Formats: sequence, C-alpha cells, structure tokens
Amino acid sequence: MRAENYEAVRQPPSNEYELNFGPNHPGIEGNYALKVKLHGDQVVAARADGGYLHRGFEKLMEGRLWIQNLALVPRICVPDPAPMEVCYSVGIEDIGGLEAPERAQWLRVLQLELSRMASHLFAFGGHAATTGMYSPMFWGFADRDLILDLFEELTGGRVYHIYNIPGGVRRDIPEGFLDRVTSVMDYIESRLSDYDNLLFTNQVFVDRARGVGTLNQQQALEWGVTGPNLRATGLAFDVRRDDPYLVYDQIEFDVPTEQAGDAWARTLVRRKELVESIRIVRQVVERLPSIPGPIRCPIPNPLAWNLPAGETYTRVESSKGELAYYIVSNGGDKPYRVHVRGPSATHAVQVLENLARGSRLEDVAQIMFSLDACPPEVDR
Amino acid sequence: MSDIDHKARGSLLNPIKNWQFFGRKPVTESLDPRPASLNYRGFHLNDWEKCIGCSTCQKVCDNAAITMVRIPGLPDDPVKGVRNERPAIDYGRCCWCALCVDLCPTGSISLSREYVHTCTEEEIGSYFVLPDPNGIHGEYYGLGWSKSEDADLVDLERQSMAESAPEVRIGTFDEIVGGFDPQQAIVEASRCVQCGMCHDSCPTHMNAPEYIRAIWKGDLEEAVREIYRTNPFSHVCGRVCTHRCEDACSVGRRGDPVAIRWLKRYAMDNVDHERVRAIAAEGKAEYISGKRVAVVGAGPAGLTAAFDLARKGHEVTVFEGLDKAGGMPRYGIPEYRLPYDKLDRDIDVIQAVGVKIQYNTWIGRDITMAQLQSEYDAVVLALGLQLGRSTRIPASDHGQVRKAVTLLRQITAGESFDLPRNAVVIGGGNVAMDIARSVARLQKQQYGEVRVTVTALEDRAHFLADPAEVREALEEGIAIHDARGPREVVLDAGGGLAGLTTWRVKSIFDEQGRFAPTYDEADERTFEADMVIEAIGQMADTDLLGEELTERLEWIRGRLKVDETGRTSEAWLWAAGDMVNGPDVVHAVRDGHRVAAGIDEYLTATEAARA
Repeated sequence: MRAENYEAVRQPPSNEYELNFGPNHPGIEGNYALKVKLHGDQVVAARADGGYLHRGFEKLMEGRLWIQNLALVPRICVPDPAPMEVCYSVGIEDIGGLEAPERAQWLRVLQLELSRMASHLFAFGGHAATTGMYSPMFWGFADRDLILDLFEELTGGRVYHIYNIPGGVRRDIPEGFLDRVTSVMDYIESRLSDYDNLLFTNQVFVDRARGVGTLNQQQALEWGVTGPNLRATGLAFDVRRDDPYLVYDQIEFDVPTEQAGDAWARTLVRRKELVESIRIVRQVVERLPSIPGPIRCPIPNPLAWNLPAGETYTRVESSKGELAYYIVSNGGDKPYRVHVRGPSATHAVQVLENLARGSRLEDVAQIMFSLDACPPEVDR
Repeated sequence: MSDIDHKARGSLLNPIKNWQFFGRKPVTESLDPRPASLNYRGFHLNDWEKCIGCSTCQKVCDNAAITMVRIPGLPDDPVKGVRNERPAIDYGRCCWCALCVDLCPTGSISLSREYVHTCTEEEIGSYFVLPDPNGIHGEYYGLGWSKSEDADLVDLERQSMAESAPEVRIGTFDEIVGGFDPQQAIVEASRCVQCGMCHDSCPTHMNAPEYIRAIWKGDLEEAVREIYRTNPFSHVCGRVCTHRCEDACSVGRRGDPVAIRWLKRYAMDNVDHERVRAIAAEGKAEYISGKRVAVVGAGPAGLTAAFDLARKGHEVTVFEGLDKAGGMPRYGIPEYRLPYDKLDRDIDVIQAVGVKIQYNTWIGRDITMAQLQSEYDAVVLALGLQLGRSTRIPASDHGQVRKAVTLLRQITAGESFDLPRNAVVIGGGNVAMDIARSVARLQKQQYGEVRVTVTALEDRAHFLADPAEVREALEEGIAIHDARGPREVVLDAGGGLAGLTTWRVKSIFDEQGRFAPTYDEADERTFEADMVIEAIGQMADTDLLGEELTERLEWIRGRLKVDETGRTSEAWLWAAGDMVNGPDVVHAVRDGHRVAAGIDEYLTATEAARA
C-alpha cells in the first residue's frame, strides 16, 4: 500500500467543538436548528439545519382547488399570516382578471397592518427574551392578544384568519368595530413608552444588542435581505411605498430606517414601524366608513373554477420582509405550481449563518431573533 | 420616536420606571371559556331540517374532514331532492376555514361559538362529531360564522335564456327558446356543485353531474356520451322534459336551479350529428342474438326499448300506425316547443343502431297481436295515450267540441280543420296550454287576432301546467280563467256552438282525496266560443289487443298490470310508456330501458335454457 493513499487523521483542536443549537431550544424560534462550531464561546462556523417543519405546502397546493389553498397559506407563517392570504389572493386575481372592490382593499390593509403589529410585538418581545429580559416578551404577548381579539371579531379566527378570498374579503366589519380598533391603537400607543423604558432605552439591552450581528448595506443587498432587516442598514426600501399594492398609495406613512445594521438597529426599526402601522390603521379607520361596498367581486363556483393559463409574481411587504407568490396556472382548477418567495428563508439560512460566524455563542439566539426569521416559512 | 437614538446608551434606571406595574392586576387569560365573537369559527352546527344531505360541504372541504353519514329515519326522497345523509366532522382534520358554510347550497351548516373540547385517550373518537343544531356538547353557545350574503359562494342566479318576444312568436311555430351560447353554457354549467340530486330524481337517472361537468370543461362529445348512457331522446328531453332534476337541484334550494335541461339541449345541439350517431353506437354488441322483438308504437318508450334491444344484438321491428315516428312528442307537442327536425335527429340515431320502423302499420288491423306473438320472441306495447277524455257535460258530443290530442295531431300532420275564431279550452295542464297556444298561432296567421280562453278547475297556484307555459300563454294574449268548472256547452238556436257555461269551483277533491269537484252554482259565467276543446286528460286506445287478449290480461283501474320489469301477465308481452305511467317523456324513456332490460334477460334466459 502506497503512502499517498493514507490521509493522516486530523483531530480537531481540543478547544474546538460542535454544538447542536436547536431544534428544541429556548434560544431558537420554532423547530429550527443551527449546528455551530465553537472555539471557546466564539462561533467559528454555523450551519443552518432546518426541515423540521417541512409540510410540503407548495406541493400540497398543486393538488387543491384554487380556493382551498386559502386555508393552507396562512400556516406558512404563523406569527404573520395575513400577507400570505392577501398575496395569494391578489395573485389569483391577477391571473383571473378579477379586481377586488375598493372597500375590500382597505379592509385588507387593515388586516395586514394589524398583523404586522402583532408580529412586531412578538418579535421584539422575543429578542428581549434572548437577552434574558422576559418582561417585554410577556407584555408583547399580552398586547398582541388585544390585536388577536380584533382579528377574532373581524375574521372569525384569532391566528389563522382565512379572511381573504380571491376577489375580496369574506366579511365586512362588525358593528362598532372601528371604535374598538381605535381604542386598541390608543392603548398600544400608550404602551410604547413602557416598552422604551424596559427595552429600547434600557442600557442593559442596548449594550447587549448593539454591535451584534452587524450587516452592512452591501452585504444585505448581496444576500437578498429585505424588510426591516434591510432598512436597518440604511436603505429605505419598502414594497408598500416603492411598488404600491392595494391602496397603500393613498396612505401616508414613513419608512423608518437605521444605519448600524446590527441586532439593535433591526429591532429598533420594528419598534418604529409599530408607530407607522398605528398611523396607517388610523387612516383606514378614518377612511373606511366613507368607502361603499361590496367587499367582494363575483367569483365562480369554487368547485368549477378554471383560472386562465398564465403566471404571476405578486409581492407584498410582510413584517419579515418581501413576501411574494409566484403562481402558475395551466388553465385548470388547481395551481400548476406555486412558489413562495419568503423573506425568512434567506434570513434564517445564509444571513444567519454568516452573522453567527464570529459572534459569541450567547449572541446566536439574539441574532436569530433580531432577524425575525420564521422557521415554518423557511421550511414550508 | 426621535427620542431613541441609536448612539445613546440608554440608562440603567429606565427599566425601574416600570416598577409602577408592580401593584397592578396582571394580564391573565381565564381558563374558563369566554364568549367568542359573533363571527367565530368554532365547532359546526347543522340544521337537520334544512340540510338535504347533498354533500357539497364534503366536496369543498380542504382536509377531507367531512364524511357523509346515513341517518336511518330521516326523509330520503330523491324526487324532493332530499337524502338521509348528514355531514360528520373529523376534528382531527378540520381547520375551521368555514368554506363548507360558504358553499352550502341550503345554508344549513354553520359554525358555532363553541371552541373547547378535551378528552382522554380512550375517548379519542369524540373528535368525530355529527353536528346538529345543538352544539357538540348539547349546550348551545350561539351561532358563529354562518351563511352571509357577502361570503356566499353559491351562484344563485341562472344565466338568462334568449326567448323570442310574444308579439314575434305568436305569428309562427318557430321555436321560442334560443338556447345558450357557449359562454353562457360554461357559466351555467359552472354553477353545478355536483351533488347528484338531479341524477337521483331523474326517472331514467341521467348522469347530469357528469355531462354538466363535461360541458363546463368544453368537452361536448363527452357530454353527449354521458347523455346517451341513459337517454336516446336527448334532443326531446333537452327541450320538453318535465325536468325533475331541476326541481331536486340543491342550488335551487335558495336560488335558481341549474338549467340542466337547457344544458343538455346545448350539448346535443352543438355536437355534429354524425358524431352523435357514432357516440350512441359505442358499446353496441358485435354479435347477433337471433332473437326478434316487436315494438308497437314508435314513441319514446317504444323507441328507447328498441334502441336498447338493438344495441344488445336483438332484431327489433317497431310498428307505427302513423307515417312518422315520434309518438306523442311529435303529435302532441307543438313545434314551437319541440322543432320536429330535432326529434328526427333522435329517431335517426335510434335507427342508426339498427332499429327498423314499419310505418303506417296498425296492429289489430294490418297485423294481429296473435301474429306478432307467433312471429316474435317478445312484444312491447308502447301505445301512448292517444284518446282524449271527455267532460261528458251536456252537449259535449257536439261536432264543434273537440279533443285536444286529436287537434294537436291534426295540426302536426298538417290536416286542415275548421279553425275557430273564438275557442274555449277546458283544462289546466300542459296539453291545454299546447292546444290553446297552437290555436292562437293559427288564429293569428289566419284571422290576425287571438281569441282563446282557457278555463281550468284548479286555481292558478295549483295549475298542472308548467309555470313557464302559463306565463308564456298569458303573454301571447290567451285569457286564462282559473277555478272554473264546465257546466254545459251552449248551443244557439240553429244548433251551432255558442259557448261554454262554467261554474266557480269551490273544491276539487273530497275529504278522502278523491276527485269530486263542488261548484258555486250562483257564480255562473258563459264564455262565447265557436269551438270548445277538451284537454282534461288522455287514455290509451287498447282496442288493438282484441277481445280475447284483453280478457286474458290483468288490468288495474283501466291500466295494464305490469311487474317491475314492465311485463304483463302474458309472458311474451311487455308494456311501457304513458299507457303504464301516465304522460311524461322521461318516464317513458325510463320505462323503455326497463322493459328492454326485462326482455333481454328473458331472451338470454330462454337461450341459456335451450343450450
């Protein structure tokens, strides 16, 4: 036997070891895992290890009627399901040549912004928890519940609304609903200073989160980062403003940015977006009463509905970033292909791997939470 | 927000401000169920009175969570469009999307505001629930997501059908109904929820869901194939069928039923006739059985039986007394409802599978029944109801008192008769409308004005005629007087016919439900006329059987007694159609299939016995 056929066994340095971070771990969102290679408590390399929540949604959609998928899509992203429904419905409307009535579009904006707020409350509560501060998380959950109450009233479901349908929405607002929306907005607005005291102007949190998981704008663009994570690097890009859908072009709002691109900046952008969402919701509340119905355009019997052959790429700004549906119809009663372009798939795989590398083990969890990636959407 | 600066470090003291919450009541969610919102999507409720067991909920369910469960004791009546099945929900699969609610044709299913259910491992079956109006634990939590106009996914409105205007159609026998255009047909077909109530209620069980779906897909040949599986009189039934399918249609529970009859007509009209012939012949036996069957009467029943038997390889000869085939649809139904070229097409398809028709041959006169019995292995009587019944009121034997069926036959055959300037029709059924409207057309053509009066025993709400027929008759200028019973035919001094005197009807049936009209004799009214036309019912002309055979056969109240295959008490003789069932084309078709199956079984059995 010749010597070159042998490869010397390389032992890793005794101070370098591998750690399975997740899939069942308080510092990870949902069932998701990172395999991290550590040198001391320094992360040398990280490998995203998803798939624990893979349900095959995109494939499942090919076997279901166009309308049946509406019950499926919200499950792709549990904390922020509304953009899934809206994006899918708008895609079908695009292929089918339908137009949702104006009132339905305003109702969709209402649903989307409430959902964004619920998701952001969830997200910065989560980020706080990864730094050991649980109060903001509890508060975020409790306040988010008030929004879920609104969803329950409007849509009949607290988490999975299944409120949209191609051509519009399924229910108009109940009696007195806008007043209750306003009072929840007032309440959340009044709570912001409490959150600030506890988190955003809390030196402990600021020191923990600042400079962690930093991403510059160029990296962000190269890695396909979107949403608040991109805006935290100083680029004011928001699909709502730059490629308006529904009635966002009739609504006034700002696109908050931060420059630093670190975990702190990302969470701070979400905090600022809460204010903008409240602003948008207030405008909807003001405008909605003067916008007449109907809330849906006529659609065919769902059991016998062939969408014309065609394809569409529809995008919306979800709380996590740019969400898009690429839908192909071959003229049948079911989709030929649906591909979901989810923001979390980029953020939780290549971005997370890159940002975790070189960080300290204790910061891995907050990097993931500050990216606000949603594992069910990564896996789909 | 400007107060938070990314560069500022914040303060260690800031969180301390939130100690103010220390003494406050914590935010907790109670473990007890709280009332859910009015639109809540909780466990299902189902109003069993409204539910018809159509299973549409099952079809739209994303998760196959719904199973239809048969409930013995509930009404199960195909004619009324009711099945004794109710949806059961598997809550291991349900995702509470409420599409079942939005697509429910009847509006029976809804979701409740009840949302808590737990069980031990042993009770795992308790997640499989048959919802009723009371909630899954017998406690009513209130209605949650239920049928609303906003979210209703059932298309309740029928596509409009082009019809010629009354002033246009009154001068001609051209067909009134224009038929669907392709776009309308597809939209109309798309309204179908594929419940199959139509199939169950149709006397001949046409595969309506299948042909409607084929039309929706644009595959009209497939539609024709489905149609021919059960009905060789498809042009006829696509126009003049009594459409029990539409009466049973689940979409019709809250809206217009799917226009199943017009869709059938659309498919038949839009497939090339040569292709229809080829499709109808698909599956025809390739052997010749050597058995011979005679059919008396070339109407729907006789020709359907002949069609089936010919397809099974038997030699079939149909004997027709008149010079054209078609029976009552040709000689009883006016051309504005059923153009005869369409009927000719149906007959041509039947002849194309090998059925021979011998015209102008009267059984009993040209050939005796005994001859048929000796020359053929089986004989089918499908005579139809050719004789009109008489009111037998005073002077009803006057020459100017005519029977509707006879006149209709004369009009079709083109025989001339003395067209009345002013006619009174007695009867409230479809035949009364047919003769009234036919006479009206002829009057318009010859005299330029319509003077026809219809008097019927029934009040307008209980007319036996199709409501569309009554509406169209009124539009065409025919006067209709309901709830009037004929008293006597009035003659003038010269013995000529002057009119009809009627009394107001008080009741038609007695307490036992027997026909025994009572009149208010004080309310008498005479309608002037130079012809009175009786359209009060028909009967079969069974003289051709001859005395000896008539004696041998068993009868029930004037009708031939037949068994479940349509066989009479004579082993070689079957009877079918109106003479057995009363007048209806699609029943006649059903009957044709029935006797054909019976005869085929009999002929096959005798062949097997011989071997």
